[in-house]
Parts: sequence; C-alpha cells; structure tokens
Amino acid sequence: MASQSQIFAGAFADPVFSAQSVFKSLMDGFARPGQIIRLGASSVPPAPMGTAAGAVALTLCDHDTPVWLTPALAKSAVPQWIAFHTGAAVTDSKTDARFAFVEKGAPVPGFDQFSLGTQEYPDRSTTLVIEIGALSGGEPLTARGPGIRDEVTIAVRGLPEVFLDFWSANRAIFPRGIDLVLTAGDSVLCLPRTTRLVRQEA
Amino acid sequence: MNDLATYNFSYLDEQTKRMIRRAILKAIAIPGYQVPFASREMPMPYGWGTGGVQVTASILGPKDVLKVIDQGADDTTNAVSIRAFFQKVAAVAVTTKTKEATIIQTRHRIPEEGLREGQTLVYQVPIPEPLRFLEPRETETRKMHALEEYGLMHVKLYEDIARNGHIATTYAYPVKVEGRYVMDPSPTPKFDNPKMHMSEALQLFGAGREKRIYAVPPYTEVVSLDFEDHPFEVQKFDKPCALCGAENVYLDEVVLDDKGGRMFVCSDTDHCEDRRDCGHAGHMLARKEAAE
Repeated sequence: MASQSQIFAGAFADPVFSAQSVFKSLMDGFARPGQIIRLGASSVPPAPMGTAAGAVALTLCDHDTPVWLTPALAKSAVPQWIAFHTGAAVTDSKTDARFAFVEKGAPVPGFDQFSLGTQEYPDRSTTLVIEIGALSGGEPLTARGPGIRDEVTIAVRGLPEVFLDFWSANRAIFPRGIDLVLTAGDSVLCLPRTTRLVRQEA
Repeated sequence: MNDLATYNFSYLDEQTKRMIRRAILKAIAIPGYQVPFASREMPMPYGWGTGGVQVTASILGPKDVLKVIDQGADDTTNAVSIRAFFQKVAAVAVTTKTKEATIIQTRHRIPEEGLREGQTLVYQVPIPEPLRFLEPRETETRKMHALEEYGLMHVKLYEDIARNGHIATTYAYPVKVEGRYVMDPSPTPKFDNPKMHMSEALQLFGAGREKRIYAVPPYTEVVSLDFEDHPFEVQKFDKPCALCGAENVYLDEVVLDDKGGRMFVCSDTDHCEDRRDCGHAGHMLARKEAAE
C-alpha cells in the first residue's frame, strides 16, 4: 500500500501557470521535433515514474483521457497519484488509452498495439510518454519532416534496438499513428508521427 | 480587479484548456488535418473569432506579448476588442509591432514582415472545411480527406478556368499541406498563401462555430493547388502604397469621395507605419505634407 504522502503530494506548485509552461514546451517540442527542452515546472510523482513524465500527465491528462501504464507503474502508487491529481482513469487496454507511460528501463510495447486512430479520425491515437536513459549521447539519427529545417540530428540513449523498425512502421501508416514524447529527468524530446528517422552512415 | 468574481487566467477553465491543448498537439502532429474539439461559448458572437480566441487563450502565458490584427490592421473593432479582452482576462502585454509579438492572432492576413522562429500565428477561421461548398455532408468530406480524394477541388478550379479563363478564387485559396491534406488557409487573400510555405513560425487555426482546430508546423510544405498550364499566381497591384510607397505588399482600396477618388494603401498598418517612420513616402503622403 502506497503511503498517503506519495499520492497526495508532488503535483505542480502553481497548477495554472505550470501547466501552461509545460504545455508550451510540448507544443514547441512537437512543432520543432528533435530539440531537447527542459520543462519549466517540476512534479514529484511516485517512483518509478520520472519527473518530466509526471509533468506531462499533470498537464494533459484528465477524466477524458484513459491512461495505460506499464505493469511496474501500475503496481506502484502512480495510478492513485494520477487519479488524485488529474482524474484520469487507468485502463488495461492499450487501444483505449489516450496516453501511455513507460518508465525508464521498462520494455517498450510495439507501437501498433496502441490506438493508431482511424483514417477518418487520425487524431484519436495514443500519445506515448517513454522515459529513457538520456536524450543525447546515443546513436545519432537524422530526422527530417515538418518542423525541421533541412535536417537535425537526434541521439537519444536507452531506446530498444527495434525502435527504428517500430518508428518507420508508424511513419508508414500516416496519417494514422502514435506520437511520442521521450523524457529523461526534467527534459523532453518530442517526435510527432510525421518525423522521418534514419541511421547516419558511420 | 475588484470584489466581483475574477476569471481564471485567460478566461477559460483549466479542463477546457487541457482539451484544447491536446487538440493542438494532435493538430501539429497531423499537419492540415482538422481536429474536432469541444468549442465553448465565448463572451462574443460566433464569427468574431471565437475559435482563434480559444486557441490563443489556451497557449497564452503571462510572459507572452500579443498582437491582434483584423485584416492587416491593428486598430479595427475586432482587433481592438480581442486585444482588450486578453488584457482584461490575462493581463498580458500587447503590441502592434509584428517584431515584438510572440503570439499574433489574425483575421485573416499574414503580416508582411517575415515571421521568425518562436512566434505563433493564430488564425480565426469561419469555415475550416475546404470541401464544404462542394460537398455539404461532413460524413462525405471526412471520407474524402481519409481517402485523399481531392478530385472535386481540382474540378472546381478547372471550372473557374473554363468560365473565366483563369482561376478566379482570390481568397481562401485551397492549399495542400506536406503533400497530404488539402486545407483551407482561412479567408486570407491568396496573396498571403506563399508566406505559409516553409514559414518559420508555428501556424494554428481555430474555428469556434465549426469546432475544429488545425495546424501547420514551421518549415512545412504548403502548396497552393494549380495546374501546369495555369500556375498559381498572387494578386499584383499597379501602384505602390499611397502612404509608404511599398511595392509587393497587399493593398486595400480606400474610397476618398463621391467623385471616384480613391487610394490604395498597405493593408498591414504596422508595416506601413514602420516604413513611414524610416522615411519612405508614397505620393499621397508627400502631398499631405506639402499642404501643411
């Protein structure tokens, strides 16, 4: 049983302006994919959820957005924390989830297991929030697409080997597909479904 | 303020902002696709920019600097009242200078001065569906977007050519975004369409009555529909601005008297004032000064 302080504490100190500031960072992140943005407000969710992931949950989740959690997150105090602070229900079904949270080191489910939206309503897809080791210092990938002038290099560390396969399959079904928020510590890197990623030649 | 109940920052309640913010993020992820959202009643009638106001209210922060234009002008009723609205409900800084603004809400022009990275342009949109006048049923237009079936739009442009010898659409000229969705750029004069292409600024579109939000991220391909033998062209003006002498800008016609007198002046008032401050003068400005 989680302690009460874990559940009731750790939300934004200033809910209105913190949520605005975190949303602005996410909007900039999706508008200019690949840039690493440090969030201007912090949250302290129960372990093992990271602080940036917690801030995203507080900013975007509410009773309209079922949330899927990895088994480790679901076993922790996180479901109660999310329920208390956002009102969002936790769901077992990946396809019902509007948001999905994966903590650092946890296996990343295949993106096609989540809701991909429909051809008529591609916006009804899951946004995945995945915490990884670091947003820089990993294998360099070239990113192109809307929001990126020419190209940009991203080098995240801690995503599974199959990530690029998952991502190109996700890109191939455009306009359907999931959108991705990668987090590490208090920073985020957003990848909308439109971004094309390729390995750089060694 | 006073003892009366005060509003939440920027008027909307937090749940509404969250709902609109989620719609904006999905709109950015699917450029040109119209995301449905639960548009709220605003303290102004539909048609006065309730969609744009809801988008602006949801993205606005205390450090933002807001500019509002109605056509190109900062000083017309719609622009003045929306600016006053946000000063009242968000105590936000406002400006008429394109350079200084972080958020520019517009109906419907794009400022002449190039926008830069970090700025957000919010459009007030009356009818977001470019296919609506060709196909009134939402179920059908949605399917047409899903199947990327835009033949009807090309037929419409072709009929323009067949009747008039050229494409007669001059505003709300349809564009294709990133090679996928055909989008209504709102009733902007087609003069401004090229500015949407690879813009450095983020462009958000809000339609309050029709309950749709859509977006064009920065550095995104926005192509006006046309034909090889009838390429897209923007309006050209015979004379420069009568006040600042600017060429290659969009001009408004101003009727001066009942004897056929008229002048053509910049629609973008900030751009025109800036140029006059820098010493540029059009032929009617010169005459006015000579008379003084």
